[in-house]
Amino acid sequence: MGYRKFVMVCGGEGCGGKESLRIYDNINKELIAEGLKDEIQVVKTGCLGFCGEGPVVKIMPDEILYVNVKADDAGEIVRSLLDDGKEVTRLLYDRKKSTKNVKLPGMDFYQKQFRIILRNCGVINPEDINEYIARDGYMGLERALFELSPEGVIEELKTSGLRGRGGAGFPTWMKWEFTKKAQSETKYVICNADEGDPGAYMNRSTIEGDPHSIVEAMIIGGYTVGAHEGFIYIRAEYPIAIQRLELAIEQARNHGLLGKNILGSSFDFDIELRLGAGAYVCGEETALLASIEGNRGMPRPRPPFPATKGLWGKPTVINNTETWANIPVILTRGGAWYSSIGTETSKGTKVFALTGKVNNSGLVEVPLGTTLREVIFDIGGGIRGGKKFKAAQSGGPSGGVIPEEYLDIPIDFESLKKLGAIMGSGGLIIMDEDDCMIDIAKFYMQFAVDESCGKCSPCRIGGKQLLEALEMISIGKGEMEHLTNLNRICAAMQKASLCGLGQNTPNPVLSTMKYFENEYIEHIQEKKCHSGSCKSLLSYVIDPEKCIGCSLCAMKCPVSCISGEKRKPYTIDQLKCIKCGTCFEVCKFAAVIRE
Amino acid sequence: MEKFNLKTLQAFRLKEKKKMSDKNSGPVTTILVGMGTCGKAAGAGETLKAFNEQVAKLGLKDIEVKQTGCMGSCYVEPTVEVRTPGMPAILYGRVTPVVAGKIMERHVIQKQLLNDYVYDKPAIDILN
Repeated sequence: MGYRKFVMVCGGEGCGGKESLRIYDNINKELIAEGLKDEIQVVKTGCLGFCGEGPVVKIMPDEILYVNVKADDAGEIVRSLLDDGKEVTRLLYDRKKSTKNVKLPGMDFYQKQFRIILRNCGVINPEDINEYIARDGYMGLERALFELSPEGVIEELKTSGLRGRGGAGFPTWMKWEFTKKAQSETKYVICNADEGDPGAYMNRSTIEGDPHSIVEAMIIGGYTVGAHEGFIYIRAEYPIAIQRLELAIEQARNHGLLGKNILGSSFDFDIELRLGAGAYVCGEETALLASIEGNRGMPRPRPPFPATKGLWGKPTVINNTETWANIPVILTRGGAWYSSIGTETSKGTKVFALTGKVNNSGLVEVPLGTTLREVIFDIGGGIRGGKKFKAAQSGGPSGGVIPEEYLDIPIDFESLKKLGAIMGSGGLIIMDEDDCMIDIAKFYMQFAVDESCGKCSPCRIGGKQLLEALEMISIGKGEMEHLTNLNRICAAMQKASLCGLGQNTPNPVLSTMKYFENEYIEHIQEKKCHSGSCKSLLSYVIDPEKCIGCSLCAMKCPVSCISGEKRKPYTIDQLKCIKCGTCFEVCKFAAVIRE
Repeated sequence: MEKFNLKTLQAFRLKEKKKMSDKNSGPVTTILVGMGTCGKAAGAGETLKAFNEQVAKLGLKDIEVKQTGCMGSCYVEPTVEVRTPGMPAILYGRVTPVVAGKIMERHVIQKQLLNDYVYDKPAIDILN
């Protein structure tokens, strides 16, 4: 009993199903032929990643990765297993490729992901402080309190090159230094966990999987800037995250990691939670401050920045959850180690919540400098149902779309901004050929209209006007003049809005207009939506040449608007048709045409 | 509960570290069930229960079933990692209570991998 080795054959959707099955069968046959079937097990697995180079075969426990494997390679692979340590060199994954754009400490890895922020996520029991401590937990705090002065911590952050992960990418050390230098008896540190972008859940997962990393980081932050109180602003819609944070705070208090004289030092610090009621604008730092103070969550003009005049007018450091989660690692490993990861200007890693029309949706943490193509195709397994990639939406309602031709650009703060998208908090929504860009722009504009706080008119009125113009275009009443208006309103909003929300609201419109201008023109001039999303511009008709009169579509039509005689071409009553597309999907003869 | 100072925390960490590495090299099988929101929504609670019931039913010793956060593969939740002596650490996806039973029977007891439910562990552990 017990196998010596395992041959894992990827059966994921990206790996070209049938060839994978043949590889599996051939390896099985070869194992029997070589008399190895009691020593080595061959397994069909789900996606193993590297889908761009599938089919993929992995040998465990040796962690050997073969790519572009063919069924005929089975014999060679099995024979290589006769001797330990032998490899089929020509099939090996080229490790250099995975580090093409990315510097990483140590070259001997071939996994595209690298987990700093999610280091404990899915590894430890988040409700057990002992496991956190065993994995170097609270070691960064030790170093800060007993080895480094507050200046030393800032120096370490400066070396690390860490930039804020909330979206704008402001250097974290600078924010901390401003607050540290601000003269005040009372100061605060705040963790912004008011994650609200559609499709984004990086912060939720980080807190749920590793709450102590946030607690530890905030104590370090407090010590550095001279604050004795911290607040975690988290949305009430995250009950599991809240519960685990409360538990973590209680455990830290019981162990003397929060409270008076932390770890026997002279430093006092404690953390409280504040629950947000779900307003998107409260993720904006000045609105967040207002909300904690008990006021209506509305932004105010900056400067003064929170670093000098924040919560209750006191100097305050506000960082995003993900920024905080980096801090303990930077202090235990050192800023130099951290800065060895990533690109010249963007250091470290970034967590993305990969969703949409992608095979492997999930949480992905990659070194900055990784390309979008690697994230979407190698980690994400490519587009669902073998459809064609159209665009990736990065940065939520404040971000933009990135089309196919820019997929090979390394992800960092500057390059995404140049493309008209932003890094944002890390929501990455993948769209395929069935998605209409006007529809997407409309969705984000509806979101922005719902979430605008209404304080400044460019955002309150501009958003509504953008939405109305997009609606006209999507129902076939668009005119070329609408495009000019869209551009003008966008420019005004960018310049005149009070906060980041209003200033960035035009991004989804501008980026879709920039990269998919043709689509706008088709909607306006031809009154057509080729992806089939804008229902008002669609009609379904039956091609009498192809229809054999099987009646399947008539049976499936939910509003019974298809009629005809058996074995003769059927017709669709356009007045009754609700354009659900059922007939289009069920017809086995491609006789239903979408126009 | 013990209030740490610098020395006691460091000593405690060493002790916990040793405990953890002993566990990883010793006879104990660890079953980690991803219990983030994504896992729970997909039924990880039932999966965790199923593992615990199986352990009790089979009267197994040296086995620990515990919860953890999201492992990242949200598209195949519930996800479960199985670490058992003599086998590589394996991530299973789509682990319903029925699959949990199969994992106990074939992976933990018979030391075989299950077809169709193995997924890739997405990243190396920076602490190792």
